[in-house]
Amino acid sequence: MSKPLALELKGISKTFGSIVANKDVDLEVRRGEILAILGENGSGKTTLMNMVSGIYFPDEGQIFVDGKEVVIRSPKDAFDYKIGMIHQHFKLVDVFTATENIVLGINDGKKFNIKEAQARVKEITDRYGFQIDLDKKIYEMSVSEKQTVEIIKVLYRGADILILDEPTAVLTPQETQKLFVVLRNMRADNKTVIIITHKLHEVLAISDRVTILRKGEFIETVQTSEATEQSLTEGMVGQKVSLDIERKDPENLQERLIIKDLNVTDFEGKALLKDVNFTAYGGEILGIAGISGSGQKELLESVAGLQKADKGSSIIYFDPEGNEVQLVGKTPKAIRNLGIALSFVPEDRLGMGLVGNMDIIDNMMLRSYKKGKTEFLDRKQPRELAEEIIDSLEVVTPSATTPVRRLSGGNVQKVLVGREISLNPRVLMVAYPVRGLDINSSYMIYNLISKQKEQGVAVIFVGEDLDVLIELCDRIMVINSGEITGIVEGKKAQKEELGILMTKSTHGEEAVDDE
Amino acid sequence: MMNNEKKPKEPLFHIAKRPAISWQKAWGIRVIAILLAFLFSGLVIMMLTKQNPISVYATMFDGCFRTEAKFWQLLQEMALLLCVSLAVTPAFKMHFWNIGAEGQVLIGGLATAACMIILGGKISNGLLLVVMIVASILAGAIWALIPAIFKARFNTNETLFTLMMNYVAIQLVSYFAMVWEKTKGAGTVGEISFGWLPRIGNNDYILNIIVVLILTVVLYIYLNKSKHGYELTVVGESENTARYIGINVNKVIIRTMLLSGALCGVAGLLIVGGKDHTINSSIAGGRGFTAIMVSWLAKFNPFYMIATALLLAFMQKGAGEISTVYGIDKAVSDIITGIILFFIIGCEFFINYELKFIKRHKEGE
Repeated sequence: MSKPLALELKGISKTFGSIVANKDVDLEVRRGEILAILGENGSGKTTLMNMVSGIYFPDEGQIFVDGKEVVIRSPKDAFDYKIGMIHQHFKLVDVFTATENIVLGINDGKKFNIKEAQARVKEITDRYGFQIDLDKKIYEMSVSEKQTVEIIKVLYRGADILILDEPTAVLTPQETQKLFVVLRNMRADNKTVIIITHKLHEVLAISDRVTILRKGEFIETVQTSEATEQSLTEGMVGQKVSLDIERKDPENLQERLIIKDLNVTDFEGKALLKDVNFTAYGGEILGIAGISGSGQKELLESVAGLQKADKGSSIIYFDPEGNEVQLVGKTPKAIRNLGIALSFVPEDRLGMGLVGNMDIIDNMMLRSYKKGKTEFLDRKQPRELAEEIIDSLEVVTPSATTPVRRLSGGNVQKVLVGREISLNPRVLMVAYPVRGLDINSSYMIYNLISKQKEQGVAVIFVGEDLDVLIELCDRIMVINSGEITGIVEGKKAQKEELGILMTKSTHGEEAVDDE
Repeated sequence: MMNNEKKPKEPLFHIAKRPAISWQKAWGIRVIAILLAFLFSGLVIMMLTKQNPISVYATMFDGCFRTEAKFWQLLQEMALLLCVSLAVTPAFKMHFWNIGAEGQVLIGGLATAACMIILGGKISNGLLLVVMIVASILAGAIWALIPAIFKARFNTNETLFTLMMNYVAIQLVSYFAMVWEKTKGAGTVGEISFGWLPRIGNNDYILNIIVVLILTVVLYIYLNKSKHGYELTVVGESENTARYIGINVNKVIIRTMLLSGALCGVAGLLIVGGKDHTINSSIAGGRGFTAIMVSWLAKFNPFYMIATALLLAFMQKGAGEISTVYGIDKAVSDIITGIILFFIIGCEFFINYELKFIKRHKEGE
């Protein structure tokens, strides 16, 4: 371990209003090393790295590059010190090719020569083993390819210290493996790689050392070889957490939804869902896996009456008496008026499930304000419901009259899930319910969902973390480009198998990943 | 490798969002802003007019409070401005940028005047009043309904649409002013003798004021306690959420704009039937636009709007007074109004954000 220090942070602090994002954080990373920064959502990982890459400026503390103190005020300053960051949201021009995006914005005073630039980009891709077609336009690319372009862009600008913010969040297991190969090549080339993540097995797989943050504070830095999943979790959470989800065997399965030949086409004529067929049973959790944007949203919204389905599509709902109700062509209002208890926790919590500027009581009322014969609102029951949810789900809020946008992500989700479960649903659809949540809140949500299943609810769970899907769901359905590519038993499912289904295509010409 | 002889300087301060601020502190900031505004506009007055700013301000107060009549005029102006502000509020709360209140008021006034001229003397005064009320409300509502339907059906841009409707209304009123002109070639309608709104006691102003105050209470209840008010708030905050819970968004847009237009029609009725007793294209007097400011400054709360409408009415009356007393151009008084509003609105920034000065790093090490 005699490699020289590349980057060193001393006593970095940053606050936003009353929120302390980072407090007195120390960090050091060497040349030719992969350092993982591990912490729960909201523990200040991204903020810390944003200060290194010039997005934010620290309130206090010092940054050293190669042992010299530096002041980084802008991303340009960061690049002058050869620091580059790959953010979670890509910043690429859709109609340009990979090469054009990579060289865009560089002003070295020389006349621009695309041939020369291409040669340099090619050299970088060969050196580190990137697999990418450099003449492909961005809008034709998969998420993984776009990420590759972002990484090459940073390398092209001469970065020696690369920071990757949750790079695997949008990748399939296979794509993740490819990324890790590239990162190892970079390490061999004496580059410094910092990877921000909250996925434990990835930390163990790729990093040399791990720095753990909790609530904005530096906890410890450990050698990865000496760490285990359990020890890392305890460092992150600060207490012992059981990482098991209780999965009871489904009992009393009842057909609840039969979806047949569901097709959805957007206004440009592009198929968003193609001949989707499946059955959801009461008393079972049906997981839906897939790269985000593969049609999950359209599928759930079709059931909820928010998405217009094509002619010939059929979504049959079985009511408690066993009668069939056709949901296609019905509005959410019509579905509710039929007395169908269908709960939906959408992906976009504050943009669809809740109204950020309204308080918890008024958000409870979203589902119930129509009750009562008068034209006036009754806030009594929503208030009681709000108090009950705050109590039972341990929502951290100053009061029930606080606007929900002021709550943290986990508490927002508890309010939303709490409200939807309070409807006593017979079908419960949840989309990415733990995105952005800390570990404890996540497990609380998993257990709430499991309990619904035990009560005979048909649960449809759209998730992104395959480990969780495998642990939680009774069956896992995989969707790719709007098509169902397979349904696997939860107990027998393998991550690799799901990964292959996620990129598999039934039509050869539209293959995303043809290997 | 990297030579940092030219080390970039650290920024002096940065802007950060404030955590929740106590209301005392917020009002403290507002009071300071108003004081600063008067100080600054005092300087401007001295530079431009060489007058003593204190006496200029005193004149402004005089213009509003010197005589009983002036005071009542101030209250009436406040009431009319408040009425239009109430009208635009449901639309703005729904994030429907209705900047066509001016035209909706004009059309309401035109309908009122039409009833007064055509039916005046032919039917009993009581019946005439009823017809006027109905006609003005319908006219304003229709003028707002047209852009609402286009928005709901074709998702047209409501800002441009409502703005254009203003010009149509102005031209219509100008046309009818010619049709109904009192003496040939005068181009003005002159005083219409039928269909005046009744006086209460011996006071010309009090009826308008009472009507508007009642509307204020009603609108407050509508926005905050009724299902309709809840629906339009949800639509304004997020159309996706509205669809998610099964609100018919188009229906709410149309319903809310009908209400908005109807209230503008009432404002037209009050102006023509209760104040001017004539019609011309300037009866709305820019209230349709000033109302937007009143509504936003009050954060869409009808009760707060009483205060903001009073403030703006005061500024207008006071500004008019100083331009007559000191014989200075009306533009100067507009400048003062502008400065004061700038400070009042600008101080909201300091309520929501704070400047943070960065602690100096220790040198060396």
